[in-house]
Amino acid sequence: MTDRTPGLTRRDLLRLGLVAPASLIAACGWDGGPVLEPRLRAISRLNDWVGEKLFFSRTRLAREYPIAARTVDARFPAYSITRNRTGQYPTPPEREEWALDVGGLVRTPTRLTRTMIEQLPRVTYTVKHHCVEGWTAIGTWTGVPVSVVADLVRPTPEARYLRFDTFDSRYYNGWDLASAMHPQTILAYAYNDQPLGPERGAPLRVYSPVKLGYKLTKYLTAMTFTRERPGGYWEDQGYPWLGGV
Amino acid sequence: MGFGYYLVPDRRMASARPFVKRHHGLVRVAHWVNAIVLLGMIASGLQIYAAFSHFGPRGTPYPNPFDGKPLPEWSRLGGWLAGGLNWHFALAWPFVITGLVYLGFLALSGEWRSLLFRPRDIAPAVQMQLYYLRLRRTHPPQGKHNALQKGAYTFIVLLGVISVLSGFAIYKPVQLAWLTSLFGGYELARYWHFWAVWIFVGFTLVHVALVFLVDPASLRAMITGWYRGRFPSHD
Repeated sequence: MTDRTPGLTRRDLLRLGLVAPASLIAACGWDGGPVLEPRLRAISRLNDWVGEKLFFSRTRLAREYPIAARTVDARFPAYSITRNRTGQYPTPPEREEWALDVGGLVRTPTRLTRTMIEQLPRVTYTVKHHCVEGWTAIGTWTGVPVSVVADLVRPTPEARYLRFDTFDSRYYNGWDLASAMHPQTILAYAYNDQPLGPERGAPLRVYSPVKLGYKLTKYLTAMTFTRERPGGYWEDQGYPWLGGV
Repeated sequence: MGFGYYLVPDRRMASARPFVKRHHGLVRVAHWVNAIVLLGMIASGLQIYAAFSHFGPRGTPYPNPFDGKPLPEWSRLGGWLAGGLNWHFALAWPFVITGLVYLGFLALSGEWRSLLFRPRDIAPAVQMQLYYLRLRRTHPPQGKHNALQKGAYTFIVLLGVISVLSGFAIYKPVQLAWLTSLFGGYELARYWHFWAVWIFVGFTLVHVALVFLVDPASLRAMITGWYRGRFPSHD
């Protein structure tokens, strides 16, 4: 018990009560501006590190669902950068004209045709898709595990990331190697037992239940092992780089 | 006596009372940091909600008065989805750290005894409610907080814990699948996470209203630590 005079008068409190909400309202709709926005992105990189090193498990498998749990195709949204710009999905090249370039920090750079890819060991699973927007959908995907392709080209020890390039208005992105080598990360060529349609990323796309949809690059042309961390179409604009779920 | 009694400060009585130390500095810092951070968490969360303003599997939405209705732009922080996400995941750090520091302080200092609502608080809570309903004449004796306050403060801490856990459940639904399934799966975890917002908002409105209507001295106590109001501790 003391008779100390409190440091704030009634008037001070009133001022505080008026100024604080006003400044907060002024801040709304604000991405942080030139000063804070880069700092928020730096914290996002810290969160990527936590997500990659603390949360991610190389062996934990995402739950698989029965075929009956599939989301109706029409309710499973699709988009592409090209479609957003022109209204049309990118046109898949003729089967013989398309190939996937697998290179970068690898001992045996390889050009994989559709036929070669389809002859590699395949996996099929029915899993839940998590979109960064907050919706989910369940679908069945078939393809070759990225780790199988990696074994073919034999990445060098310096390789730490994987970059995916596309013919969708230069959409691209990068993956940490651990997530890319996860047994459920595949190069998919079929959706719900049918060859991929143009809206799903034909002829070949990345699929994995361990990352958000924007990491599941469609319309692939190349897969490159790198030492430097690749950015990404959305990631360069501010979306979290790791995108792991 | 009518309700107006509470609105008329009794200056003669007030000046006769000494200041008593009520809140540790750590509690005060935690309270105000949390107030600002929670506001930012809610505003950035509403920005994230605007990207997909539905709950449940696509085509079979859960009941939601805000279905298809993003909250107005002035209530959102981040400008667009990526901005909202970056604010939300950055503010989550001080939100969780402040919460852990606060709970750690309560545990180590023994202060939890005056805040945790326990079964033995049920009867005093009923008496307190009777007093508020004018069915009991005298204010029941209380410690630092009365039983109803204990109930409210225990509840809001629990709500904070549920918000954080349901947040992690929708942040890492595959890596933390066990946690997500505790909430009934991703779609339900996202649903509870959203409802927690409105409980926080409701709590805060009542909390602030009670401070100004019933015990304005408690605001000064939460800023300076010193209390000289109408509800001295009976301990």
